[in-house]
Amino acid sequence: MEKRITAPISKEVAKELHAGDYVYITGTVYTARDAAHKRMSEALEKGEDLPFDIRNQIIYYMGPSPAREGRPIGSAGPTTASRMDKYAPTLLDLGLGGMLGKGKRTKEVIDAVVRNTSVYFAAVGGAGALLSKCIKKAEVIAYEDLGAEAIRKLEVENLPAIVVVDSEGNNLYETAILEYQNL
Amino acid sequence: MRTIQVETITEQIKEMCIEANHFLSKDMECAMRNAAKTERSPLGRKILEQLGENLTIAGEDMIPICQDTGMAVIFMEIGQEVHFEGGSLEEAIHEGVRRGYTEGFLRKSVVKDPLIRENTKDNTPAIIHYQITEGDQVKITVAPKGFGSENMSRIFMLKPAQGIEGVKEAILTAVRDAGPNACPPMVVGVGIGGTFEKCAFLAKKALTREIGSHSEIPYVKEMEEELLEKINRLGIGPGGLGGTTTALAVNINTYPTHIAGLPVAVNMCCHVNRHAVRVI
Repeated sequence: MEKRITAPISKEVAKELHAGDYVYITGTVYTARDAAHKRMSEALEKGEDLPFDIRNQIIYYMGPSPAREGRPIGSAGPTTASRMDKYAPTLLDLGLGGMLGKGKRTKEVIDAVVRNTSVYFAAVGGAGALLSKCIKKAEVIAYEDLGAEAIRKLEVENLPAIVVVDSEGNNLYETAILEYQNL
Repeated sequence: MRTIQVETITEQIKEMCIEANHFLSKDMECAMRNAAKTERSPLGRKILEQLGENLTIAGEDMIPICQDTGMAVIFMEIGQEVHFEGGSLEEAIHEGVRRGYTEGFLRKSVVKDPLIRENTKDNTPAIIHYQITEGDQVKITVAPKGFGSENMSRIFMLKPAQGIEGVKEAILTAVRDAGPNACPPMVVGVGIGGTFEKCAFLAKKALTREIGSHSEIPYVKEMEEELLEKINRLGIGPGGLGGTTTALAVNINTYPTHIAGLPVAVNMCCHVNRHAVRVI
């Protein structure tokens, strides 16, 4: 089913999303990948605040290529989400609304998605040029020294994504392949 | 003896880094666009169409095909009658990568130390493979490698008794485990034989082979065809979201090996299987 949603997303919105839904995301999302997650985790361990209020926000696992002049961002597709599995349950328990990336998640992450009525979306891996066109504004808001891995606040318009893990724990990666096996 | 100035190598490599990250080779692009016509899953077709559109945007607007512009893997096939002048060849290659990634707005994805992890900020060093060949020409292949798929690559040190069936099962296991993480449709590079490091090199080199071409060894060609069919029946599909296009090619290279061994390396590549080739 095709849906249009506005980010950040409330639990009420997340609850209505189902594995297999094709969604267009408009609004604000934040980027963070390996190094930024490590720093956020270290900040939490020290009892410090995170660089942005993550409640209801979507984190996009993405590190862009540099922007050419006149453009907000360079190539901007999703990176493999499983590298963030170690950190995701804690962030979900703190109120993170959703995650946007690509690839499989662990049971611990899926359990945390269910427990917190959150959602895991996949964007198409390797479509960085196409996806960059959906990003209208990009601003580094933390960890600037990390370069491509800094945390960026993005304004996106109709960014296409697919619900892979929904708040009931359905996992499209497991169910979709069964349909096309041994054809 | 033919003399080549190393500055020429720097300039070529700079251009090739930029070219490879914005334009796929003709055979790769054709394979992608054909797959959009034959895929049986509607969502799979939609994804393949998006990937086609992505290629068009990349070339027209000069936005890298993928934000992971890779670690620069460079194969240097150097004729033994070539003499380099003007400085260090090795440094000239790294300088080409440095300029290509900086001037070409490509992402710098290399860290100086695997554990300390400080970015080198210019995507150097490159991974360089030298081979001495006959003649007085230099063939350069620049193959930027993304790590979504690299991380899903495997080496299996099989026992000779496991034979061809063991090899096929190892390859299928690697693809099955890679699933959506390797950004399918993938190209599967395989090395069979040699030593631990030789089979990994063979697998990497296999990724640069033209899509649709096959090994000259009849049984290897058969294995390539059979495995491609079997992989496409795993159901993984474009983006790992179900479908009949999981791989675009299985390219296998073989090499003599030891009486006690049967090494198999499987180097995964996503659909952004990049390589620029020039002969100078």
